[in-house]
Amino acid sequence: MNRIITFAEAIREALDQSMAADENIIVFGLGVDDPKAIFGTTAGLQQKYGSERVFDTPTSENAMTGVGIGAALNGIRPVMVHQRLDFFLLAMDQLVNGAAKWHFMFGGQGKVPITIRLIMGRGWGQGPTHSQNLQAWFAHIPGLKVVMPATAEDAKGLLLESIYDDNPVVFLEHRWLHNVKGEVSEEPKRIPLGKARKLREGVDITLVAFSYMVVEAIHAADFLASQDISCEILDLRTIAPLDWPSVFESVAKTGRVLALDTGTTTGSVAGEIIARIADECWDGLKCAPQRLAMPDYPESTSFALTADYHIRAEHVAAKVGQMLGRTLDTEPLITQREHPHDVPGDWFNGPF
Amino acid sequence: MTISKALSIELLRGMKRIRLVEEGIAERYPQGKMRCPMHLSIGQEAAAIGVGLALKHSDLAVSSHRAHAHYLSKGGDLKAMLAEIYGKATGCSSGRGGSMHLIDTKVGFMGSTAIVSNSMPVGVGLGLSLQLRKSNAVSTVFCGDGSLEEGAFYESANFASVRNLPVLFICENNLYSVYSHLRVRQPMGRKIHKMVEAIGVPSALVDGNDPQAVYEAAVAAIDHIRQGQGPFFLELTTYRWREHCGPNYDNNIGYRTEEEFQEWKQKDPIPRFEEKLLTERMLDRLEVKDMEDEIQAEIQTAFDFAENSPYPESEQAFQGIFSEKAGSYE
Repeated sequence: MNRIITFAEAIREALDQSMAADENIIVFGLGVDDPKAIFGTTAGLQQKYGSERVFDTPTSENAMTGVGIGAALNGIRPVMVHQRLDFFLLAMDQLVNGAAKWHFMFGGQGKVPITIRLIMGRGWGQGPTHSQNLQAWFAHIPGLKVVMPATAEDAKGLLLESIYDDNPVVFLEHRWLHNVKGEVSEEPKRIPLGKARKLREGVDITLVAFSYMVVEAIHAADFLASQDISCEILDLRTIAPLDWPSVFESVAKTGRVLALDTGTTTGSVAGEIIARIADECWDGLKCAPQRLAMPDYPESTSFALTADYHIRAEHVAAKVGQMLGRTLDTEPLITQREHPHDVPGDWFNGPF
Repeated sequence: MTISKALSIELLRGMKRIRLVEEGIAERYPQGKMRCPMHLSIGQEAAAIGVGLALKHSDLAVSSHRAHAHYLSKGGDLKAMLAEIYGKATGCSSGRGGSMHLIDTKVGFMGSTAIVSNSMPVGVGLGLSLQLRKSNAVSTVFCGDGSLEEGAFYESANFASVRNLPVLFICENNLYSVYSHLRVRQPMGRKIHKMVEAIGVPSALVDGNDPQAVYEAAVAAIDHIRQGQGPFFLELTTYRWREHCGPNYDNNIGYRTEEEFQEWKQKDPIPRFEEKLLTERMLDRLEVKDMEDEIQAEIQTAFDFAENSPYPESEQAFQGIFSEKAGSYE
């Protein structure tokens, strides 16, 4: 049966149902059992499954990742949680030299079924070191799977699949999505990794998006529809593996592509998408493939300094217009926004 | 503690076997067939074998870049190790890892990794899995003095202590990290084992060139851990005879003195222990000779196996990045 629940509740439900089904699954991270319970995503799990399986940790991002790897080598399925991706940078040795390599470098002996939940975001003064979207780093490392859900249903289904995958999975949750609501099955329905979802059928242009940029893509597509421009929206859902056949198929149909990314522009996943499309779809392109990502600067803190930093629906719409040779008045997209530019809604009112 | 005659002989045999394997590698390395970095354990045999013989195959272990002695002491397959060093398909890591990435899960050697301190938290995580499973086994972390300068060590020891995990830290203090002496890396007068104790992990300092002392200390530490009293740390003083990486002596290049090396050579664990066993009449010179011949024959067979094994097919480089087996859940 499907109900409407939030993205965060969907995450919690995936953890709960997987822990009930398999006693090898453990959940740990700084704050998993504190009163805020990682924005509610781990609420009640320790009461239900005990402090051996759900536990708070020392402030030791690197070693705790290695601890997860070691436990995983001996049949445990750890789910680690970090409230901010930026802190996880301290664990890159364990992630890159350890988790990503183990199965391959020991000739297929040993496997590391670890899921690493990293929460990232933007706005509310998160600033230079609390708002980074570094998915391109992870996608660059062979041996890692990188999941970036945009909807509540995908958050649950992809997290379930990530936990049961026998390989290390970096599961990236955009904080602005935690309160997004959607229909979610009560059943523990797993969604395969590496399969994009076509959110909208369209003929004029393909918008390739993932994670929070899917939301901006939808707003832009709705506006563009009112201007008689038909967008196809592809939600990648996972960026490693990336569903290239679906991307190529859609671009072959529309002949135009705009790739959207929550990270900074240079070396972005969007850049990789443009490169692959140039390689594989050149003859079918009606105009140069384009991308929109964040500028190659750290995100500032001040409300004033973030006003023009992020890519929003009006930028997407304007770029699409440009690619189609149309000048569009995107003002309605700006005036319809009910909230300040640095928050996704009233629920997001700091201090986060 | 008095140890049995059989065990004494095994300690001697184990040390000689490691020494002769390493010397066999050093001798053949210039042929250019072992095409990978090579960190030899010559001089540090007693530390490895004393711990290895105190562990069971059901106990787990991880190690770092200088792992040959740990792998062999834990019972790792010699042929598979040499074949791995030769980059062959029959190698313990199918040619993917080389000398620095050894594994033999049948005997609980769960892997050695090449970045200093990288395997420490992994060993602690193996300890966590044993605790979750209510197992009586011990997870052993072989490391060196350099790894204690990495943040991962403090994080690992801290977590092992706070969760009372069954982890045995074995630190071979050989005074050098590559060419850098301990005195430029850690404050004068620091006692490594005392520092670790302050983190909350009980410890002992042992002559790492005395195999019996190492064995006895390891047995005591393992008892402590099996009784559920949490992690233990052994600092074993020893010395690396050859260059950091490679088959040669390097006392001439200027970072340490010939005198220092000769001092440590006087403390060579093998003749010292051999003399003791001869004096105590646990074996005679003829038996020592037989032991050495037997080991040499085994080593020759293992080198022949490695040399004669096929290389992996080149397309293997592009396969097996992910484990494809289904998860435990359906």
